[in-house]
Amino acid sequence: MSGLQIVFLIVAVVTLFSGVMVVASRKMMHSALWLILTLLGVAILFATLQAGFFAIVQVLVYIGAISILIIFTLMLTRRVMDDEHPQVIKGWWLPAVMAVILFGLIAGFLATWEDFQVMLNELPADAENLAAFGSALVNPAGYVIPFEVASVLLLAALVGAIYIAVERKEKTR
Amino acid sequence: MSFWRDPIIFIIEWAKGLLAGIGWGPGWATIVGFVIGAFVLATGAMFFVVFLIWYERKLIGRLQDRFGPNRLGPWGLFQPIADMLKIFTKELITPSGVDWIAYNLAPILSVAAVLMMWAVTPFSKTFFGVNISVGILFLIAVGGLGEVGIILAGWGSNNKYALVGALRAVAQLCSYEVPFVISALVPVMLTGSMSLVDIVEAQNPWYILVAPAAALVFFIASVAETGRAPFDLAEAESEIVAGYNVEYSGLKFGMFFVGEFLHAFTASFIFVTVFLGGWRGPGADQIPVLGLVYFMIKTFIVYFALILFRGTNPRFRIDQMMDLNWKVLTPLSLVVIMVIALVDRLFASSADWLRTVILLAANLVILVVAERLIRRGVKTTRPEVGSRERPVASPDNLFIQPGSGAKG
Repeated sequence: MSGLQIVFLIVAVVTLFSGVMVVASRKMMHSALWLILTLLGVAILFATLQAGFFAIVQVLVYIGAISILIIFTLMLTRRVMDDEHPQVIKGWWLPAVMAVILFGLIAGFLATWEDFQVMLNELPADAENLAAFGSALVNPAGYVIPFEVASVLLLAALVGAIYIAVERKEKTR
Repeated sequence: MSFWRDPIIFIIEWAKGLLAGIGWGPGWATIVGFVIGAFVLATGAMFFVVFLIWYERKLIGRLQDRFGPNRLGPWGLFQPIADMLKIFTKELITPSGVDWIAYNLAPILSVAAVLMMWAVTPFSKTFFGVNISVGILFLIAVGGLGEVGIILAGWGSNNKYALVGALRAVAQLCSYEVPFVISALVPVMLTGSMSLVDIVEAQNPWYILVAPAAALVFFIASVAETGRAPFDLAEAESEIVAGYNVEYSGLKFGMFFVGEFLHAFTASFIFVTVFLGGWRGPGADQIPVLGLVYFMIKTFIVYFALILFRGTNPRFRIDQMMDLNWKVLTPLSLVVIMVIALVDRLFASSADWLRTVILLAANLVILVVAERLIRRGVKTTRPEVGSRERPVASPDNLFIQPGSGAKG
């Protein structure tokens, strides 16, 4: 077993464990902190796959922005932080069974894939071509439509947030 | 390669030779080299803070017409060492009701996040931790980890003031990340690479001469990122006791303190790397150690400016702080990046010096217009308080300061 495999196993165990703890921990704040650990694990997985850009962007966007925003909203709603509710709902076994079946299906399909057993290939040092990635995002033959649609979606979210947050004159009177 | 040209790389090569001599392969030697390098860099940075604290206290003292520390050692140079030893001996109090892991993880994270920035910065032509292709993004991502540290401190302390301080700090850091990132994109665009090593190599001339407007936005945003005056709302003593670190004592408080000073210094050397040409200077290509000297001189000039900023500006109110970010810096940086992209593309085929001059002119026009637009809202000019001539306590003999007990 190579060093990279050992790293992968450790990171995978930590990521999965913290992923479970996100839904299993009692306090919302702890869930948010476990979520950060999960996302960090995913970032390390990207790094072991020699995708440095995605590792950094994972940290930047998911930990630096999204987790912080989640924690921020938790801090502003202090009441929810230490509520003691039962953690499972009625009929919890149905989603559990569904999840197991889904996992079995995905794993089964992946096992039939012929490249399933292929080991990780070492990439050359200059394999990560950010310029090509960037031009593919704005190339009509590449991914310009998903890229622009995502931009429009974000803009719509921005406009919606401003609409909700803005102080309307007629209401304050 | 001689020792005096590049001592650091010389020592590293010598150590690698030593490891190879006792039969270690090059792979293991590299790993050991990275571990030792990280250890030395981190420890060196922590000890360097001792000097930074003295430097800052002394300067702030001069700005406020005091002498600053002047009792222990020449010019009070050993004062921070005494303070450090004192903080080692203090009791570590853990208040009841804290969240143990969050409370103890926070100081570590806040120092580690800053130290991680040292890993990608090129200190000279040959001396840098790693040259990753997304260096600038790495800096910003690591800054996000620092925010997590502040949140953990604020929430884990189980204290209202700490929580309010953390909320303010994170609101400020998140907001100022926007102009910070956008203005950091300008050097990336001019270089065509996100690696800090490439950005320094490409600076001919320095980017502050090509894009002064972006440099200004970057500088103000990085001051805000360090969270010091005038952006120190997170630890406004008169309002929320001490902010997110109010419940910490002893070495754990010391870690936050070290983190803050180190962050200020780190912010200044990142500014140097991105806009002031990093290690570049006459002869630095041939003799790399000279590059380190230039780098440090430039960094201390920027750090000096940072301390002047801190010592002369009163604290912003939270609305002023947000106004400055969202109504001035963010639109300004957006305009700057669009104009630079356009100009750079339009004059891509013309000579380098012409393109530089046109970019500089475009930036200056943006700055003048922005200044006019900001001034438009100001109705009255404030009357000057006091006289311009102030008595200054200047020592007659630089080496013997009054009140230090030495015979002069």
